[in-house]
Amino acid sequence: MSVLVGAQTRLLVQGITGSEGTFHTLRNRAYGTQVVAGVTPGKAGQDVEGIPVFDTVADAVRETGADTSMIFVPPRFAADAIVEAADAGVGLAVCITEGIPVRDMATVHAYLRGTDTVLVGPNCPGVITPGVANVGIIPGEVCTPGRVGFVSRSGTLVYQIVHELSTAGIGQSTCIGMGGDPVHGIGFIEALELFEADPETDLVIMTGEIGGDDEERAAAYIAEHVAKPVVAYIAGFEAPPGKKMGHAGAIVTGSAGTAAAKAEALEAVGVEVARTPSGVARIVALRLAG
Amino acid sequence: MDLYEHMGKDLFRAHAIATPHGIVATSPEEAATATAELGGRSVVKVQVQVGGRGKGGGVVLVDSPERAAEEAARMLGSDFKEHEVTQVLVEELLPIAREFYTSIMLDRSTGGYLAMMTAEGGVDIETLAVERPEALRRVGIDPALGLRPWHVRELTATLPPDAREGAGEVLRKVWDLLGARDLTLVEVNPLVQLEDGAVVALDAKVTVDDNALFRHPDLEVLSAQFPIDPVEARAREADLQYVKLDGEVGIIGNGAGLVMSTLDVVAQAGGRAANFLDVGGGASAEKMATSLQVVLSDPAVRCVFINIFGGITRCDVVAAGILGALDRVEARVPLVVRLDGTNAAEGRRILGEAAHPRIVPVATMDDAAAEAARLAGAAA
Repeated sequence: MSVLVGAQTRLLVQGITGSEGTFHTLRNRAYGTQVVAGVTPGKAGQDVEGIPVFDTVADAVRETGADTSMIFVPPRFAADAIVEAADAGVGLAVCITEGIPVRDMATVHAYLRGTDTVLVGPNCPGVITPGVANVGIIPGEVCTPGRVGFVSRSGTLVYQIVHELSTAGIGQSTCIGMGGDPVHGIGFIEALELFEADPETDLVIMTGEIGGDDEERAAAYIAEHVAKPVVAYIAGFEAPPGKKMGHAGAIVTGSAGTAAAKAEALEAVGVEVARTPSGVARIVALRLAG
Repeated sequence: MDLYEHMGKDLFRAHAIATPHGIVATSPEEAATATAELGGRSVVKVQVQVGGRGKGGGVVLVDSPERAAEEAARMLGSDFKEHEVTQVLVEELLPIAREFYTSIMLDRSTGGYLAMMTAEGGVDIETLAVERPEALRRVGIDPALGLRPWHVRELTATLPPDAREGAGEVLRKVWDLLGARDLTLVEVNPLVQLEDGAVVALDAKVTVDDNALFRHPDLEVLSAQFPIDPVEARAREADLQYVKLDGEVGIIGNGAGLVMSTLDVVAQAGGRAANFLDVGGGASAEKMATSLQVVLSDPAVRCVFINIFGGITRCDVVAAGILGALDRVEARVPLVVRLDGTNAAEGRRILGEAAHPRIVPVATMDDAAAEAARLAGAAA
C-alpha cells in the first residue's frame, strides 16, 4: 500500500490560488491524486478548475473530508499554515514553501509533537507514490511503480536518482523528499521506519548531503531497527566547506558533517554507499538480484 | 549571515548585555585616534566572518596609539584565513579576573535550541568538549517554553559562586536577543568576570537566520559591509548561487544537490571543479547567459560542464536558453552539455540541429563528467 500518500489520499492545497499552487495542484490531479479542496483566506466560494476553495482548513476538512494538506503559502505565513492544518486534524502536511524562518519552524516542530499530524518539509519537493498519487512538485513522468522506497534531503537529486532507477527498470514504492531545512518534519529515521513496515517495499534508498547529522543518526537507527537492505548516496565530497556556525556546530553534532564522515558512519553499519547517482541504480540492481 | 564581532556587540548593547567600549577603525590613523581616546592602550581585533582570530594573530594588545596604527596597518587590506580585512575593532582593556564560555544555538538534531556554559573560557572549546566533556554543561531548550530558571541554575552552577548571578543575567538576555532578532547562534568566548565581579561579553559571534531577514531590515543592510568578490556579487544579483573553487572545469547545474553531486562525479573522472553554480529553476536564456558569463570570467576555466535535469524545467527550454546565451556570450572553451528528464529528447534535438562548434552534447552524467575532465586536461 506504499507509504504516506496513496489512492486513499484526499488532498487539500493551502495557497491553491497562487500561481505555483494552482500549477502544481492541477499537475497532481492530472497524475491521479484525489484533490478535494483548496484554501486561500478570503476566497471561499471560488473554485480552481472545479476544486472548491475555502477560507480555512477547518472548513475544507469539514466539507470535503480532506486528510492531507499540501502547503504553497509564502514563507512568512507558512508556519502558521502548518499549525492551521494540524489544528484542523489533517494527518499529513506536506510543506513545499522555501525560506521559512527557522525560529518559526522550531516553534511549529515543538507544537506538532503533541499532535497526530505528520509533517514533510518544509523546503521539500513532496511525496509521490508512482502511478497512484503525487503530492508535491516531483515530476511524475520520471517515476515508475515498483518496490524500492526512496527518501532524500535534496530535491533535484530525487529526480536524478529516480531517473537512473527507472532507466534501469527499477520501480519505486514511494519517494519522499524530506527537504534540507535545519528544522524539518519527518527525516531519514521516520522514513526508514515507514518503509521497514511497508509490505510493498523491499529495499530503501536514502540520499543525504553535507551538513547536520541526520545521516549519522540514521546509521545508528539502521543498525538497531532496519532489516531491509539500505543503499545510500551522499552528495558533497568535493563541496566547498560551508560557513561554519562558530565552534559550537561541531560540538553539538559530534561530527564534522562532511560527506566522508557520513559515508563512513553508514558503511560501518553495513549500508552500501554509492559514489555517483548512477552507482545507486547499479548497487540496487545487484542487491535486488542477489 | 555571520556578523562581525562589532555588529554582534551592537546587538548585545541594545539588549543591555555588558561589552567593552570599542571603536571601529578602517585606517591606521583611526586606530591610533581610537586608542588615544581609550587612554593610550587597547586591543586591536580584525573583523572577519570567521573564527580562530586569537590563535591566528588577529587579536593584538597594544600600549600606544603608534603601536595601534602599526597593527591596524598590518591587518587592514590583508587576508585573514582567506577573508579580506576591511575593518578592525579597537577596544578598551579591562581588568579580567576569570574567563568563561557560553553559547546558545539552534540544535538541528532536536529542532530546538542548545545552551552551553563552562568555567574554562578563552580556550579551544571543541577540544574541551572532546577531552573533558564533563567540564562543558549543556541544556536543551524547547522553543515553545523558552529558557527556564532551572536551565540558568544548571548552567551557571559550573561557575564560581560570585559569577553566577551576572552570568545568569547574560544568559537570559542572550536568549531574549536570540528570539527577538532571529539568531541561530550567539557564542561568547570568552565571557569574562572582571576584578570588580562584573560579568562582561568580551567577544560576540552571532549568526542571523537569512530566511528571517525580512523581519530585520536593520540587519539586512549590514551585509553591505562584507567584502564580496565582484563575480560573486554579479551572480547573487542574478539570483544564482555561485562559489569559486580552484579547478579548471566550470560547473553549471540546476539544484544544489545535483550541482554538489556534479562536483563529485567530475572529481571521480579526474577533473577539478572551478566553481559551484546553481542556476535554480527555469534556466532561461538570460539566466544561462549570466551563468556562462560568471563561470567564464574565471581565467582558470578550460571547459564548462552544463548538467541539467529537467523536472518542472523543460529541457527544450534549457537548450534554447543555452543557444540564446551563446548569441550574447562568446564561448572561449568547449561546453559539455548533458540534458536529461522532461523533454530531454527534444532538447538534444535542438542542440544537435544547431551544431554549435563549442557545444559537446553527451547523454549521461557520468560520460559528460568524463568528457569535461578530458577536455579540461587536453587544454592544459
